[in-house]
Amino acid sequence: MFRTNHRGRGFSTAVSGLLITLLACVTTLFAGSGASADTKDEKTLTIAVSQEVDSLSPFLAVRRITTAIGRLSYDFLTNYDPKTGKTIPALAESWSTSEDGLTWTYKIRDTKWTDGQPITAEDARWTFDTMMKDEAAATANGNFVENFETVSAPDPRTLVVKLKAPQATMLALDVPILPKHKWEKVTDFAKFNNDQEFPIVGSGPWIVSAYDVNNSITLTPNKDFWRGAPKFDKLVFRYIDDSDAQVEALKAGEVDFVSGLTPAQATALESADNITVNKAKGKRFQAITLNPGAKLQDGTAFGDGNKALQDPIVREALVRTIDREAIYKTAYGGFGEANGGYIPSRYADYHWQPEGDAVIGFDIAKANSLLDGAGYAKGSDGIRAKGALKLSFRFNVHGDNPQYIQAAEMMREWAKEAGIELKVEPVSEVGALLDAGTYDILTTGWSVNPDPDYILGINRCSGLPAKVGGPYLSDAYYCNPEYDKLYAAQLAELDPAKRAGIVKQMEEILYKDNVFVVWGYADQLEAFRSDTIGSMQPQPDPGGNYDSQDGYWSWWSATPAGEDSGAASGDDGGSNSGLLVGGGAVVLAALAAGLVLMRRRGGATADDRE
Amino acid sequence: MTELPPSDVVPHLDEVRDRVAAPENPTDARRDGGCLRRNTAYIGQRLLGAATSLVAVIFTSFFLFRIIPGDPVRVMTHGRPVSVEQKEALTREFGLDKPLLEQFGHYLLGVLRLDFGESFQYNRPVLSMVGDRLWPTLLLVGASLIVSAALGLWLGVQGAWRHGSTADRVNTGVALTLWSVPSFWLGLILIVVFGSGLGWFPTSGMKTPGVEGFDAVLDVAHHMVLPLVTLVAVVYAQYLLVMRSSLLDEMGSDYLTTARAKGLRDAEVKRQHAVPNALLPTTTLLFINIGFVLFGAVLVETVFSWPGLGKLFYEGLSVPDLPLVQGLFVIFSSAVILMNLVSDLIYPLIDPRVRP
Repeated sequence: MFRTNHRGRGFSTAVSGLLITLLACVTTLFAGSGASADTKDEKTLTIAVSQEVDSLSPFLAVRRITTAIGRLSYDFLTNYDPKTGKTIPALAESWSTSEDGLTWTYKIRDTKWTDGQPITAEDARWTFDTMMKDEAAATANGNFVENFETVSAPDPRTLVVKLKAPQATMLALDVPILPKHKWEKVTDFAKFNNDQEFPIVGSGPWIVSAYDVNNSITLTPNKDFWRGAPKFDKLVFRYIDDSDAQVEALKAGEVDFVSGLTPAQATALESADNITVNKAKGKRFQAITLNPGAKLQDGTAFGDGNKALQDPIVREALVRTIDREAIYKTAYGGFGEANGGYIPSRYADYHWQPEGDAVIGFDIAKANSLLDGAGYAKGSDGIRAKGALKLSFRFNVHGDNPQYIQAAEMMREWAKEAGIELKVEPVSEVGALLDAGTYDILTTGWSVNPDPDYILGINRCSGLPAKVGGPYLSDAYYCNPEYDKLYAAQLAELDPAKRAGIVKQMEEILYKDNVFVVWGYADQLEAFRSDTIGSMQPQPDPGGNYDSQDGYWSWWSATPAGEDSGAASGDDGGSNSGLLVGGGAVVLAALAAGLVLMRRRGGATADDRE
Repeated sequence: MTELPPSDVVPHLDEVRDRVAAPENPTDARRDGGCLRRNTAYIGQRLLGAATSLVAVIFTSFFLFRIIPGDPVRVMTHGRPVSVEQKEALTREFGLDKPLLEQFGHYLLGVLRLDFGESFQYNRPVLSMVGDRLWPTLLLVGASLIVSAALGLWLGVQGAWRHGSTADRVNTGVALTLWSVPSFWLGLILIVVFGSGLGWFPTSGMKTPGVEGFDAVLDVAHHMVLPLVTLVAVVYAQYLLVMRSSLLDEMGSDYLTTARAKGLRDAEVKRQHAVPNALLPTTTLLFINIGFVLFGAVLVETVFSWPGLGKLFYEGLSVPDLPLVQGLFVIFSSAVILMNLVSDLIYPLIDPRVRP
């Protein structure tokens, strides 16, 4: 009896001992591995990303993360100046246009692919030509070549593009030029993801040299890049799904840059050590669209939108109840600019905003008088109506966007004062409602490129769907022949100043029609570790962003923080390891004490019972 | 499963085994033949049940995800400069322009060949994507299963044996509290405290980019601590409670009194007599949970950016990436069906009372 008891206790002590030794070993090893990772001399710039790679083939890549990587690893014909956003030379050193605007000639820069082969006009010709002929190769950027008649390369330095009709966007062809000698071997572009052979041959400032699915993408500098080599030794895009986890990783120094912060996160990070928060002017507008009566291209009406919204006076009255300033102050925590212009103010050349009497601003008294004048009388429930037309609207809001929801709730309160009822309904997906035309008001937001052609083009009458549920690019069912005429004029206008004038007229028309109602532009909130990154080029400069630039400026220009901070980060590693070991020891001691006590007590109880 | 008699009249396992082994019929050969027939019928029944469930899952999977609102082409192209032609080309490429029944036929033929098609978003065969993420999930969720089962069962035994004691009340209370905590919330708290706060563990991910060799193994283990603790913390209560109640049921049994009367020590009575019998119900629980291993832990994988299947499913749903979610649903469900089948087949082997 006694012997059994003794053996049992000895066994448990041995097990606890073994466990503790094992844990101690593992903890020490962790500390070791942590320290070794920190003491590397390489300067690494780590960016937190949440999107996964869809494809590393520029023919297929459509996500922000992969188009950004395409930007870094392949040069385009032209680029956008980081300060002003104006077109500047890149792979094309210079260009010229024929009188009729139908023939564009680009002079290709004499430089090399990262495998040492020369870059020629033939590479560019092959890239565009493949996109024109192969549907799969047109997946991502086919829209750029739809108006191309032919592409040719009469000599290695000259690329000639003949167009079907003049187009002003020939200096905004955001298409990665690919090395023909590598890509012509590909048999099926729909299946080729460009992720088997590393490093990937490219021509940009960074070379994609490793891709660990769902963990990280590693880029190394192109030392021979014609604009100059990047300063960091490595650029790593690291997956961290959750936005709050990204912030914690930034605080822990595991990543050096995070983007897409919420106002609350940005405010909290402002007081953190060694972290700089960047509030950049937004590329994106936030808006609502008022259903003006969904129609097909042939004019057939569909859906069940409230017909009252087809009355311009009702639309204006509703817009008069929106306090844009209050939305950005409250819902966006002050990080944003209230502005009714369709193209964000960061694009100074094309931005238009109403002045003086043209402003359709916050004025509930005016809204009430407009509706009174138009014969919409308040009923017993306080909601206005004229005959069968009741000013009660469904307001479908993106349920995953807390700012939209808050703004919608604010709008509901204001509208009530004008006798308009807004029934705010957050939904997971507005697309289905939009396609069926079964909505009254929707929230929306679009990211705007430096060239405004696309964002203007989506609101043409010819952009309306051909059949119910058919592809539709916009989300407003807007159609105004006058706007369409100006759209065609701006596309054919090759003089930038004149073109900008036409674009502004279009924005004015859009503003007056009150179908696409822009609230303004939320700031793009980013944060980075100032003990890793010394300086970076924002776009535009000043007041610009670092992430998702039009160009490769930020990561290309980023310089490591001074040598002092380098040493400091080494110390951090040491103290972290120390903490780890110390913490581990405490936990182990507690565990050991607990185990021994428990065993003791267990033994004693067993003895007592006997 | 045959209905079990109340536990207090159930004789000791050994006695049951003896009784079953005793010849019921005069001739052994005839008895064996009957037993074989019964066994075959039992196994056949289980296999048929599993096959029926599988077919139901395959059919459901196709229609279930088509009920979700959302047009994959619209979601995938939203906010990008695409033309109507590009959108139409995508719809054709995905086969979404075809009639629903034709799409269903195509899907069925694919499933028969174990081909779930290509993911809309990633241009890759669904099976190869599953292959990429299977190991991270198996590692994390498998480890959490082992740890939580071991911890839960051990605490359950301790709790039942000394039920009502302070230790029992505290353990059960803590386990129940943790069980009710949302896993993503607990995960975030752990990240804030032990990740960015104390700096003991990495905040997320599975690997530090650039770490190789043996260091990489440690690196993964280091990254795994917080998600593992989260998963164990919210799950081990299941085992604890099942084990505790099942052992409590056994504790009043006569055979334990007999065992004590034979002069066995308390620990031996517990270890050799009570626990083996009480373990039976936990077997089913364990197998069901093994089936769910593949499904991973969607929320925990997402909070910790653990590159597993759960996270893949979550990403697929947001589009919806139909081939991906259909394939994953069938694979997840098959695993559960298979493990249930295994549990049904194994149970009679370890518990003679339910032998056919």
